[in-house]
Amino acid sequence: MTLLGRKLFREVWHLRGQMLAVAAVVACGISVFVAMKSVEHSLASTRLRYYAEERFADVFLGLKRAPLSMVDKALVIEGVAAARGRIVADVTLDVSGLSEPATGRLLSMPDHRRPVLNDLVLVEGRYFEAGQVDEVIASRPFMEANGLDVGDRIGAVINGRWSSLRIVGTALSPEYIYEVQPGGFFPDNRRFGVFWMSRSALASALDMEGAFNDLSVQLSRDASEAEVLTRLDHMFRRYGGVGAYGRGDHFSDRFIADEIRQVGIQVTVLPTIFLCVGAFLLNIVLRRLVSTQRQQVAVMKAMGYTNIEIGLHYLGYALLPVSVGALAGTLTGLWLGRGLTAVYSDFYNFAELYFMFRASDVLLSVLLSFAAAIGGAYGAVRSVVSLPPAEGMRPEAPSSGGLGVLDRSGVSTRFSIPVRLILRNIERRPFKSAISSLMIAFSLAILVAGRYGYDAVSYMMFTEFSNKHREDVTVMFNEPRSRAVGYELAAFEGVVEQELYREEPARLVCGHRSRRQVIQGIERSDGIRRLLDARNEPYRLPRHGLLLTTTLATSLGASPGDTLDVEFLQGERRHARVVLQDTIDELLGLSAYMHLAELEKAAGASGVVSAASLRLDAAYSAQLFSRLKELPGVAGVTMLKAMKESFEEVIARSTITSTLLLTVFAGILAFAVVYNGARISLSERGRELSSLRVLGYTRREIALMLLGEQVVLTIAAIPFGFGLGMLLSYLLALSLSSELYRMPLVFMPVNFVFAFFVIVLVALISGVIVKRSMDRLDLIAVLKTRE
Amino acid sequence: MRNPVLEVQGVSKTYLMGEVEVDALRNVSASFYEGEMVVLLGSSGSGKSTLLNILGGLDVPSSGSVRFRGVDIGAADEAELTSFRRRSVGFVFQFYNLISSLTALENVGLVADIASDPMPAGEALGLVGLGERMHHFPSQLSGGEQQRVAIARAVAKRPELLLCDEPTGALDYETGKLVLEVLRTVNEELGTTTLLITHNAAIAGMADRVFRMRSGEITGITENDKKLNPSELSW
Repeated sequence: MTLLGRKLFREVWHLRGQMLAVAAVVACGISVFVAMKSVEHSLASTRLRYYAEERFADVFLGLKRAPLSMVDKALVIEGVAAARGRIVADVTLDVSGLSEPATGRLLSMPDHRRPVLNDLVLVEGRYFEAGQVDEVIASRPFMEANGLDVGDRIGAVINGRWSSLRIVGTALSPEYIYEVQPGGFFPDNRRFGVFWMSRSALASALDMEGAFNDLSVQLSRDASEAEVLTRLDHMFRRYGGVGAYGRGDHFSDRFIADEIRQVGIQVTVLPTIFLCVGAFLLNIVLRRLVSTQRQQVAVMKAMGYTNIEIGLHYLGYALLPVSVGALAGTLTGLWLGRGLTAVYSDFYNFAELYFMFRASDVLLSVLLSFAAAIGGAYGAVRSVVSLPPAEGMRPEAPSSGGLGVLDRSGVSTRFSIPVRLILRNIERRPFKSAISSLMIAFSLAILVAGRYGYDAVSYMMFTEFSNKHREDVTVMFNEPRSRAVGYELAAFEGVVEQELYREEPARLVCGHRSRRQVIQGIERSDGIRRLLDARNEPYRLPRHGLLLTTTLATSLGASPGDTLDVEFLQGERRHARVVLQDTIDELLGLSAYMHLAELEKAAGASGVVSAASLRLDAAYSAQLFSRLKELPGVAGVTMLKAMKESFEEVIARSTITSTLLLTVFAGILAFAVVYNGARISLSERGRELSSLRVLGYTRREIALMLLGEQVVLTIAAIPFGFGLGMLLSYLLALSLSSELYRMPLVFMPVNFVFAFFVIVLVALISGVIVKRSMDRLDLIAVLKTRE
Repeated sequence: MRNPVLEVQGVSKTYLMGEVEVDALRNVSASFYEGEMVVLLGSSGSGKSTLLNILGGLDVPSSGSVRFRGVDIGAADEAELTSFRRRSVGFVFQFYNLISSLTALENVGLVADIASDPMPAGEALGLVGLGERMHHFPSQLSGGEQQRVAIARAVAKRPELLLCDEPTGALDYETGKLVLEVLRTVNEELGTTTLLITHNAAIAGMADRVFRMRSGEITGITENDKKLNPSELSW
């Protein structure tokens, strides 16, 4: 090793505390980068592979009933590479150990195993045996949530008949990576499951022999999706087609696509902050280092070292800790990425979620950290290179004195001299002080914004489950039912209140834009289910016309007052022109509302409803549930409380991990900034502090003077940090919001208190560590040397 | 004879410099009396600074006793030494060690903040002839002026002991004499026992007594019959 190399290593070792702080900050940034990149890559490529292996369809179409020969007709459409007609039915399930009814989605599969579109992956058990009509394969999440095993039986009401089904296998499917009940939003695996049944068995149970009610299509490579959708809609109109849609509108796929997009966003924000802080810390550490080594630099130059050699030598002080940080960060990132991928596989049902990372991502992270190192070292290296040797031999000119604003305004005289000392030190280097404070503010911002996601989701939950939906149970019917069903339900013992509504799938057209959308026909907006505006205030449904959620209206390019073409996709398939009366801000999903009477006028078939919301008397719920389980014509029963609980559990699991991680990262960030700031002050002001000790100031007093500066910077950072945290949350809300949900900008005071205490604690710890090195200061030696 | 302020008895100090043991002081005994001006003369490495540090409570002896007004400070702990310095000792160093972000007045005021009966900072600066420049920052003052601020800072607490380690070492001839003048004034007007370390034999002329040191030992003590004024000194 060259002598300069030895000097470098020894001095970096000497400055190990500060260098470690830099390395730790860089490691945090790089680990987040590598972890999130690998999660993004793992999710994206697993999804792609899964879709390809199990032949996930490109286009989906639900219909009432069509003869199987229509599948071949669909194949003739240009752009259609493969098509599959199957039978889909939602049924009520009776699961042992579950008092309330569950919902099952039955999907037909070929009687004999062969590759098909939307195939399943058999995880356990076997495929159907010929002639066995009661065999089903159940989705893994449902099996696990209910503690069921292969061989167990469950009850189901299929086509009004109660039957007992035997579970012969457990499977997963690319269609249900995110497995949610129809109309639901959050998974409730106990009460919703997907079941595959042999085609012959399901067809005979549902009287669907030779027919299908669900079409899946695979597109050829250069197909136009829009074209195929139009042609399919046209072709299946007379078979009750409710509008074909592509993968982009497939609920499960969209949820995962959103998730991958969100991970992609997180890849940029945190690492940027950490690498900027790392560069800043290097900047202050190296500037101090070169200012104490001016004479050494001059001597090296006098000996004949070139500017490049000396410049590279000082760049080494940045590259060394950053390389350590990048290495540690990459390893931690891979470890974290693996762990996070496992968390994701809890949430998403991939047959196997492979952890993958790209060497190019790792390389990119190394390049980014080196860029931070060079950025941080630039100022110091430049000053070393441009230092004329003769000037370097002389001590650096003392920092210029003079009166700052505090003195000129006379404010400073109100403070004791030690306080003035602290304030002037900050005032004399406003830029450095401001950046230090900003960096501490970033730590706070990370803490605030890190908790924001949780708050936003909790708020959504509260709005959705406590304010908006006040029902206990929603019962969905297979077919439109007469309003008389309301009396039937009301007669059940334990039903306190019931409210009927109707859902009509339709295509909304505004100018050249159109979208498939279920229109909800409701009688009142202040009953069991309420409409709430952006301020969470009850909203009154307009008596006439259409009410759309703002996001939906925007996506259609429609404003209140515009007239929309509404093509109903069921029943008489009427066309109507309806005025958009108003828009409403809702947090979840996209919705369209009409007054029930208006919807009946527009869609025809008056006096029918498709679902009922019930409020129950808890004392009677058990017997009510058992009656609901046997009620024919019920496609599904959703329990609000259960949905809420299952969601809270999922969120709690994932937020505990992320909160912990972010707290540790933000803590490291704040520690590094405060610790380095105090160490640099100690190095710069060792003489002053020693003088004060000699004058008779106690250790405690001078520690307060030294650390006071950090205290002031930390205190100044708090409001900025909170503001920055809110801004960061706002940006997160903007970038994370999608059509599926809008993140509301809500903040819980407790998070600010939490962030405050974390920062104060971290500042205290770094203060204690610096004080310890200050106590070891040799006052006599310091005073006898010339600065 | 007057009362001794400080008495050292059989003081030795051994340092470990790397792996080498250095006997910086060997069995030194001496007494210093109220109001006297003592010059400790010796070449570099003679042990004079070590002695001064021990006398001022910056360091403790390896053996022997140091009694300040009868109280042994040789065995005092860190907190006791700090409080001893705080109450009773003023230091002046070769390098002025002023705090660059405080004005002359504030640098002196720092001491006033922690002393029990301090001299007003302005008065202390007046004593060293800097009453006019009290609002200047160190970077706006010459070396001699900075050293006078350091002296003012040292005497503002009205210490019983003023310890000066090569106070003129970094100054030119004229300025050096000016600083010595200030020390004499302080010694005479405040009656502060003053110990002045120097390797400059000419300065010995302004002392009441002169201690000569070599290799960690006091080799001789002489009493000046006639103290000279700093203006009468030359080197």
